[in-house]
Amino acid sequence: MYGKGILKGLSVTWKRFWSTYLEDISWVMSGKKRYFTEEGVKHRSSKHARGIFTVQYPEEQLITPEEFRYVPFLVYDEGVDGKKEVRCTSCGICAKVCPPQCIWIVRSNDPNTGRPIPEPTEFYIDMDICMNCGFCAEYCPFDAIIMDHDFDIASYSRNVYNMEKLLKPASYYRQIRPENYARNEAERKAKETAKAAKAAGAAAQAGT
Amino acid sequence: MMTAPASTLTVDLTQRFPGIVSADARPGYSGFIVEKDSLIEVATAIRDEFGFDLLTAVTGVDYFPDKMEVVYHAYKTTGGPGLVFRVQVPRVDPIEVPSLINVYPGADLQEREAWDLMGIKFTGHPDLRRILMWEGFEGHPLRKDWKEPFYEEDAKPFKSRWPDGRFTMAEDKNPFKDNLKFPQDFDPEKWTPDNDESLYQTLKRYTVKDEDGLETDRIVVNMGPQHPSTHGVFRAAIMLDGETIVGLKPVVGYLHRNHDKIGERNTFLQNMPYTDRLDYFNSMSNNLGYAIAVEKLMNIPVAERADYIRVIMAELSRIQNHLVFVGMLLNDLGAMYTPALYAFEERELILDIFEAVAGSRMMCNYLRFGGVVRDVPPYVLQKIKDLVFDRLPAKTDEFERLLSENEVLVSRLKGVKVLDAETAVRYSVTGPVLRAAGVPYDLRRADPYSVYDRFDFDVAVRPNGDMYDNYAIRIDEIRQSLRILQQAVKQIPDGPINSQKPQYQVRVPAGESYGRIESPKGELAFYVVSNGKPNPWRYHVRPASFVNITALEKMCIGTKIADFVALLGMLDIVMGELDR
Amino acid sequence: MDNEKLSLPQYDIPDDVQNAVAITTLDRLYNWGRRSSVWPLMFGLACCAIEMIAAQAARYDMARFGMEVMRPTPRQADLMLVSGTVTKKMVPSIVRLWNQMPEPKYCVAMGACASGGGPFKEGYNVVAGIDKLIPVDVYIPGCPPTPQALIAGLIKLQQKIDKQSLRKVHWYRKGPDVMEIPVPILGPDLIDPRRNAEIKSAAAALATKESA
Repeated sequence: MYGKGILKGLSVTWKRFWSTYLEDISWVMSGKKRYFTEEGVKHRSSKHARGIFTVQYPEEQLITPEEFRYVPFLVYDEGVDGKKEVRCTSCGICAKVCPPQCIWIVRSNDPNTGRPIPEPTEFYIDMDICMNCGFCAEYCPFDAIIMDHDFDIASYSRNVYNMEKLLKPASYYRQIRPENYARNEAERKAKETAKAAKAAGAAAQAGT
Repeated sequence: MMTAPASTLTVDLTQRFPGIVSADARPGYSGFIVEKDSLIEVATAIRDEFGFDLLTAVTGVDYFPDKMEVVYHAYKTTGGPGLVFRVQVPRVDPIEVPSLINVYPGADLQEREAWDLMGIKFTGHPDLRRILMWEGFEGHPLRKDWKEPFYEEDAKPFKSRWPDGRFTMAEDKNPFKDNLKFPQDFDPEKWTPDNDESLYQTLKRYTVKDEDGLETDRIVVNMGPQHPSTHGVFRAAIMLDGETIVGLKPVVGYLHRNHDKIGERNTFLQNMPYTDRLDYFNSMSNNLGYAIAVEKLMNIPVAERADYIRVIMAELSRIQNHLVFVGMLLNDLGAMYTPALYAFEERELILDIFEAVAGSRMMCNYLRFGGVVRDVPPYVLQKIKDLVFDRLPAKTDEFERLLSENEVLVSRLKGVKVLDAETAVRYSVTGPVLRAAGVPYDLRRADPYSVYDRFDFDVAVRPNGDMYDNYAIRIDEIRQSLRILQQAVKQIPDGPINSQKPQYQVRVPAGESYGRIESPKGELAFYVVSNGKPNPWRYHVRPASFVNITALEKMCIGTKIADFVALLGMLDIVMGELDR
Repeated sequence: MDNEKLSLPQYDIPDDVQNAVAITTLDRLYNWGRRSSVWPLMFGLACCAIEMIAAQAARYDMARFGMEVMRPTPRQADLMLVSGTVTKKMVPSIVRLWNQMPEPKYCVAMGACASGGGPFKEGYNVVAGIDKLIPVDVYIPGCPPTPQALIAGLIKLQQKIDKQSLRKVHWYRKGPDVMEIPVPILGPDLIDPRRNAEIKSAAAALATKESA
């Protein structure tokens, strides 16, 4: 019968149309909020998603997965009396591994001895070149450079980020990537205890 | 698991052509070196006597300072290992190599590319114009002695970045204060641009005179580069007789981002995120192709779990690619938005998975040599199971209900010829378009890579090669991908996700390798030449889209202009891969 | 950045604008109308275009901002979303499209490539940022910006529109219309006609440097 296929197709769109209302009603009946709640957003990105699929950014946001990467930032630890202890040692691995070469680092030198000290004087990332690949964060041995979750960074001018714009506290890192942070901290602790044990062992050996 | 390195010496050309063909004895290389003057004869024999009917890649390589080389990769559509043959010529202009266009018409655009970027003249090619750059551009950019305006050093990492990396704009280092390079004493006011004159000249050969000597008026219509249905910045110069297409020339290069040149400056690892941006729908597949090429060269195994993860990701990306294909095709045909919106919903759910494992929706950069960058967390694996067991099969059925039997769509698509099997093979067309013409050539079966040989699936084939088959084969492939995925998520073993230690400098021994995979759009291959340094000496992408449009002219001539958009849609081109 | 400063509360209101209540209310209405119907040009260049399509689709639904009407013709478009790498071969067409768009028009550089060349900046066929030729209103970093980031950028554009005033906008000024941007020419490399003299002298300097 001519037209059967069209009717079949129309039944699909028809079902889709009504499911938006049925879905909303079922949420209201069960006393849950489908919109502007985390539960609702989660539901809309699950296999059960039907009905309205839209996540109404900026009023609500998709759940950002831990590994999401946008642009990189530099981590500093908050020392006593608010001193910023930059984790970066200016080893330069990120600058070397960066595929489009958008990282510029000036290594600090001790003014007296002229020897390099592990801290960058200047650090630039040209965000108009950065390809968000995440290599810098992946290969940084000190967890000093991390990929950010914040994507609301559009501006009215070009974006070259300097140290001031790049630095963010470790607490922010913990907040956006709790699992990675915990793993890094555990690794760091393990390293420190191993170092201490080694030092103690060496001291004991020297003592005997 | 390692696939056995494809041996090309199953065929001995040296016995058939003594004195003309010699085996390539360089360490790390394989195949045969053919004397330049006998190339056409040898290639004809390779095609007719030895049965290598599919010429997949034509690659120019600049062995600065003494030689230029053209490498040909030929395969059989019945499967099995391929045959590599090459021509070497001294590196003195004019560099001339006979064109293979009459033996393998699929060499057409690839030879033009080698002329454009390498300056290798293919004698006998009827239309040897620049293809990616414009007529009038100065120099052949892929030659090793040609330096781009923002040239800094031969290889990355650049020394200016560390330890004394004071930020400087690249513009400030250039004499023209921009990404520009002009010959000495150049005067822009005296310049007369080509304005596509050479393009229109080649179209003129389609002008005909009838018996009375009357020249019928022919109209040239330019579609693109800004056109809503050309899937990006594709342009076709079409010559029309009334509404019938009598001549067509694809004009590409509007998104030529110099992938090969940048790839030669990058280290091997740095190329990985760049491959994401080739076919930006399927970055996972691109990663896989490149990883396979380099792993072959490095001769390292892949962790078993990682191989399964790779298959899962590649098949997920195939599903979302085909979903978008169907949606966009219906857009092109005038069924605005509804199918496309439905397709994008499912695509979003698949992209959620990519975002959770790789960090980015589109530019995944997920594979490393020897494995993948990080494991799939259990909750994501559960999500994948949800999709491949419950949601996607149901949604594919829904798609079929929505479209496959719709009388309007069927009468629009059925019987409109796209390509027949013989032409498709001659023009080196691969992927769904070839299979819809009845040739069961799928690299996952014909030349299995990764762990595809462990799964039970059928190669989707359709017999007619018309538009309907081209549409339906995509749905078939989604179903087969789901079958593979269902097996893969069940069988995935525990274990490490990389056979190597994480490292940013990999050691790649000297030699060449050609890694190819069945990407959703066809055969995607990477030809990599290493000389033992941290950067590839030659890095060439053989994209499916670019080679497939070689057949576009053949497909379109004789059809109506209204079908052009649909025919182009059938090829499923993506400009990032086409222009690189 | 100047625009942002203008709307700070401590910014001195010039005398001629004080007591201009009618104008500000009218401005608000005028801007509200424009910001709620920014029609983008249906124009995609590269990877970012796919994210732009995704932003149009059901999950992000730019229709909520009145931006769902993608016009394939520049004559009906208000916004050019430069979504992807601008190549030298393509840029004459882009400038032509821009010239054909009627005022008021806006340009958003979506992604690293359009903002400043992006990862492909070093390439020989790449224009290092569309702002070399076309004035850009909003830059959205990211490679590619996710649909949510794109929407965040478009909200920034709406904020910019909100700050415009009927009195100051140039498209109601008397005198010649805003200059058309001369279309670049494809020579041995990309020739921007506005820079002819500069190119000529630099090329001449190159020759003297070589002979020296």
